[in-house]
Amino acid sequence: MNTISKTLALMLLVLAMPAAAAASDDPLDSSQWRYMLRQYFPDAKVVFDDRVRVVAPDYAEDSLATPVQVRAEGLEDVERVLVLADHSPINPVLDYYPVRAAPAIGFHFKVQQATPIRAAMRTADGTWHVGGVWVDAEGGGCTAPSVGSASPLWESRLGEVEGRLWARGDRSQRLKFRVVHPMDTGLAAGIPAFFIRSVTVSDADGRTLARLEPDEPVAENPVFALDLKHAGAVTVEGRDNNGNVFSARIPAPAS
Amino acid sequence: MSRGALSGCLLLAGLLVMPGAMAASRYYDIEPVEVAADTYVVFGAQENFNDANHGAIANTGFIVTDEGVVVIDTGPSRLYGQALREAIGRITEQPVVQVYISHAHPDHFLGNNAFDDVPIAALPGTIDAVRAVGADLAGNLYNLVGAAMRGTSAVVPDQTVEAGTTATFGDHRLQLLAASGHTAADLMIMDTTTGVLFAGDIAFHDRAPTTPNADIDAWRAVLAQTREREFAVLVPGHGPSTPDDAPLSQTGDYLAWLVDRFTQDANDGMSAAEVMFQPLPERWARLAVQPGEYRRSVSHLYPAIEQSALPERTE
Ligand SMILES: [Zn+2]
Repeated sequence: MNTISKTLALMLLVLAMPAAAAASDDPLDSSQWRYMLRQYFPDAKVVFDDRVRVVAPDYAEDSLATPVQVRAEGLEDVERVLVLADHSPINPVLDYYPVRAAPAIGFHFKVQQATPIRAAMRTADGTWHVGGVWVDAEGGGCTAPSVGSASPLWESRLGEVEGRLWARGDRSQRLKFRVVHPMDTGLAAGIPAFFIRSVTVSDADGRTLARLEPDEPVAENPVFALDLKHAGAVTVEGRDNNGNVFSARIPAPAS
Repeated sequence: MSRGALSGCLLLAGLLVMPGAMAASRYYDIEPVEVAADTYVVFGAQENFNDANHGAIANTGFIVTDEGVVVIDTGPSRLYGQALREAIGRITEQPVVQVYISHAHPDHFLGNNAFDDVPIAALPGTIDAVRAVGADLAGNLYNLVGAAMRGTSAVVPDQTVEAGTTATFGDHRLQLLAASGHTAADLMIMDTTTGVLFAGDIAFHDRAPTTPNADIDAWRAVLAQTREREFAVLVPGHGPSTPDDAPLSQTGDYLAWLVDRFTQDANDGMSAAEVMFQPLPERWARLAVQPGEYRRSVSHLYPAIEQSALPERTE
């Protein structure tokens, strides 16, 4: 760490007490947190915040697909949600922009070894609010080949989307969709990285409701659950790192 | 987290240290309970695998006959198997002449090392599963349990059980009942002489059933059929034995509830993590190893149910 960032870190510590995210204050006590701060939040204000809730099992029963639900409780103006795993060959798990949506997302991810899984939520003032939990694991999830990569059958279904909307109170909807995709990390021998790069959810007028950028650790054939501040049909469009595109129209809830 | 490194060391220790009788009794306190004439059960801890119970979480049993002792399941490790054999030796001078393995889960068959001079019989599906994943299961248990696992390897049963056949040992006639549902192959043994039914992990009692290899519909069908049987004592794979069918009905009710809940949650659009962290109804919350086992079941069962609640393909 150079002198300037040291001074900066010290200033932040003083300004944002008691929750400023000095490495030593990490509630998850991870040896990797100092590195994570430097790598993913250079020069940013970062605070640990209980309002950022990460719900995941304390043990990864399936290291290829461990469920996680991220949400904010009483934290306003969240513009971006970055999900990170400290102890993983690939730290970023997913980047979510809840444009017209709640800062909440559910999905599955691959666990390589015991790790904190964190959500960092950036509010309009530029501050990152961080919450997280430890997930223990036998592991190996990131370096295993996908099921799809072993089966040519999947190729014909690549990019198929199954989606559904549920009304959740006034002008808000739960959107859940699944995309057929191997989501190969590139860390299994002989199998290059092949994963969904971006997904955009828009309304009938083409306005963006939510945008997400999955990283390699998102589970194969991912299922995403989003909470949109919108009523009615939506369109889900995406592309992977090989330029394959997919899109689907999800009709409004039946009732 | 240095668990990985630690277990590596223990694995190494296992190769270097010859397990012996002294070590076995240090880890396992085997107290067979007579549940019927000639029939004993060693009840496992109603817990998850940990380094205090050394993996001894399942029930094992044995039947003492005039033609030798029949052992049903061998426990989680070589040392457990040895301790079980020593305990049998304190009850009878009869030698162990036959081992049956109920199914291919690590808490039930990894004691086979201590019985490698005896025929070990299992259903074909169990033999296939031990061959395919036995070494992985043993490796995982090393990581969870540690030193008590030393010298343990996955011994593949060397004798095939023909479904629906009867085996006779002295005056004990054993019906070998092939079932499935908890795993792809679940052996139940009905001793028609004493009326004791060893149900294996088809039946759990006061402990949440485990579902990593479950086919819930098949399992529920077997439970319903088994409730029609006459028996004097039912020995579940986990939990206390009973003179009635309480473990069968409890297991069936739990599985039915699990599927209903997951189906309803999937149709409400819930994410898997949301399903995992819902509170459990009182009846199921008070089972042993909850809510952990319920959460594992979300991982095992929810993905398929969740997918079936999404329309086939959206254009
Ligand atoms: Zn068991």
